[in-house]
Amino acid sequence: MTAMSLGIGAWGLVTAMAMVKSGLGVPLSLLMTFTVYAGSAQLAALPLLAAGAPLWLLWATAFCVNLRFVIFSAQWRPYLMHLGRWPRLLHGYMTTDMNFVLFMKRHPRPALASEPALREAQSAYFWGGVLSNWVAWQSASCLGIALADRIPTTWGIGFAGTLALVGLICSLVHDKATVMAAAVSATAAVVAVALPLKLNLVVAIAAAVAMGVVWDHRVNKETA
Amino acid sequence: MNTTGWTAVLALLGLAVITVVTRSFFFMFDREVPLPPALKAGLRYAPLAALMAIVAPEVVLRDGQWLSTWQDPRLWATVVAVGWFAWRRSILGTIVSGSLTLVALNLWWMG
Repeated sequence: MTAMSLGIGAWGLVTAMAMVKSGLGVPLSLLMTFTVYAGSAQLAALPLLAAGAPLWLLWATAFCVNLRFVIFSAQWRPYLMHLGRWPRLLHGYMTTDMNFVLFMKRHPRPALASEPALREAQSAYFWGGVLSNWVAWQSASCLGIALADRIPTTWGIGFAGTLALVGLICSLVHDKATVMAAAVSATAAVVAVALPLKLNLVVAIAAAVAMGVVWDHRVNKETA
Repeated sequence: MNTTGWTAVLALLGLAVITVVTRSFFFMFDREVPLPPALKAGLRYAPLAALMAIVAPEVVLRDGQWLSTWQDPRLWATVVAVGWFAWRRSILGTIVSGSLTLVALNLWWMG
């Protein structure tokens, strides 16, 4: 998580600078980082806000950019249904890509009602992760908003966030199936990059999941 | 900045609602939306796929076009980062080695 916080921090810094430089101003930039709390949706929204685009278009864009979270939420469901609705919504609000990936890696199976200790451990791991993520993102965002005009963009520091994802990807690739899923997703994302609203992300996830379904089916047939 | 004042505040609060709704989509309601079991199992590839889909275009494309030169700091930063992971299995080392490569090459090639 320390490593992830560095990447998140670099990303927050750059997103914050982009907000101020798009003309959002300091008060609205602060409001955006503390309420929206979704880097890719924030970056996608900025040019639309600057152009005075209609609200429905702005919101539809953010929804599409966030579609990957809709897919993740199906995975979260069995971990959360013992909670009430408001805690679940708070859980949803706090959960970023990074938290989802790290959590599912550590806890691939939801705790049963008969396993209170495991449930406790999962909850602790979850809150530790989302709170470190939140602190890293918000402090870096505030710093970025304050220093927007003083950090040279030529260093390309924004890519440090992507490098954190590279590290995470490496740690997730461990067998033939995951290598294939990664290759399918990368290819689909690059080929479909011209799609509007970052829909190439959704195409890539769908392609990799479809490949996974076919792969698992084949492996099951071989072992049966 | 053309969306201003209370419209901008409304726009941002709407975006916050979208964050909550998309991230909670399948567990907002008590009733379960049925998904085929094979699809549910396939969803375990979703996290890796999502990360890969974010990263791959960032590495090999510039402004929607393939890289036109091998002298690209992001490309080599990624190569060094992946190499470091293969060698040491450390995520922190992966990020640090990649970032140092990135800044060094940016300063060297881009002046």
